[in-house]
Amino acid sequence: MEERDDLIVNESYALNAKHSEEEGVTIRKKIWMVTAILAVLTIVEIFMGVFFKRNGTFMWETIKLGFIILTLVKAAYIVLIFMHLGDERKNLKYVLLLPYSLFMLYLIFIGLYEGLAVQGLHTFLG
Amino acid sequence: MSGHAQAVDTKTLWGGGQSPFGISYGKMMMWYFLASDALTFGGLLVAYGFIRHASADPWPVGEQVFQALPFLSGAYPLIYVAIMTFILIVSSVTMVLAVEAGHRMDKKGVIKWLGLTVLGGLIFLGSQAWEWAHFIHGSGGGFQVNQPITVNTTSPEGETLPMSLKTGDWVHFPSELGHAYEHALEHGDKIEVRNGKVVITSTAHDNHGHHGHTHGAEHATATVKEYDLELILNKYVLERIDGKDYANMKVTGADAEKLMNSMVEHSVVFGANMKKNEYAVQQQYANFFFFITGFHGFHVCQGVIINLVVFIMALKGVFEKRGHYEMVEKVGLFWHFVDLVWVFVFTFFYLI
Repeated sequence: MEERDDLIVNESYALNAKHSEEEGVTIRKKIWMVTAILAVLTIVEIFMGVFFKRNGTFMWETIKLGFIILTLVKAAYIVLIFMHLGDERKNLKYVLLLPYSLFMLYLIFIGLYEGLAVQGLHTFLG
Repeated sequence: MSGHAQAVDTKTLWGGGQSPFGISYGKMMMWYFLASDALTFGGLLVAYGFIRHASADPWPVGEQVFQALPFLSGAYPLIYVAIMTFILIVSSVTMVLAVEAGHRMDKKGVIKWLGLTVLGGLIFLGSQAWEWAHFIHGSGGGFQVNQPITVNTTSPEGETLPMSLKTGDWVHFPSELGHAYEHALEHGDKIEVRNGKVVITSTAHDNHGHHGHTHGAEHATATVKEYDLELILNKYVLERIDGKDYANMKVTGADAEKLMNSMVEHSVVFGANMKKNEYAVQQQYANFFFFITGFHGFHVCQGVIINLVVFIMALKGVFEKRGHYEMVEKVGLFWHFVDLVWVFVFTFFYLI
């Protein structure tokens, strides 16, 4: 039978799995790496937030999009590395991430779209 | 982290006797709980987005509302929140190091890193308490005007231009004057506006006993204090005029007197509570601040308690006896989730 990596990807986080000292060194190196990335991204966000004035221009809209992308990158690092969901089996990973992402995308769309419609109504009725 | 891939067909995997997800029941349930909790926070942030998009009035700007630091005066936009974010990220790192130590059965390592995680959590909670206290207390307060009015204003860069207010628009006090005004209102002192000054005359009270005590004659002397009258427009919002953004516009002299004289009676607000707030026309702004950061703080509080319990268990050698440190991993998942939520709150409540 062909090897199915979607069935057993990695058992190194199983209940009885122990990490050796060498494995520990590798994992810690990765942790510090991610720490540095998260710190740098947060500093970049602060600078973007402080130096760009808020207004309705294309520039600010782009900055806002940048914030959201940086946030998603940070979230991905936390979930996949710190919570080591990236090391879990694919079936667990997708059973958690896919339904949640789909539902949230829908909720964000409908929430903001309806919000704007209500604002339009307020403006229209004075 | 070498994965040893085995060939197992689906029937065997889902046929019972082993975990199809390759994780224990406890960890899986923690993940499911986190997914449902993530829906709660997602729902809250979308509700915030809905109200903000539905509002026709300008929404407060995070860097103008949150710019204070403890023990320091002056404006440090978003610095305090950034420090809080760092504290939480660092405590997330110490937590992942505790989990890593657990996988090597390193009891000392687990105790050290978990202890630091608890400490980080407590520091974050303390910071949030200060932030709440500052938000509730406010930075000077403000009032609404009872008629359309046009005044001359000066920008922080020294540019002068006239600005028009509608009925019900907000005018803010600078910090020192605002707090003196608040104190005077609380004590029923006489407040007069004349010659570009606010004159506060206080009689018959000292700082200690003004709850119906009869004071001796030595307390009954009137004290008069004068403050330069200076008011601020657009303290928490930005207004775009001819392609340029204007905030923190200063109004002084006769124009400021004109604003004080058009004050809507009892419209003076200091800080924020569940009924009114000085930051925004929209009360939902304060309510969402209280609810979202409060609900997150509640999670941090739970996390600190759970971490502390597991810390004591590790100290007593419970996991050493059990043969694995999976409990550290489970509470670690919850703790990282708390950090994750803060990353989103930070972006959507403070930055954007």
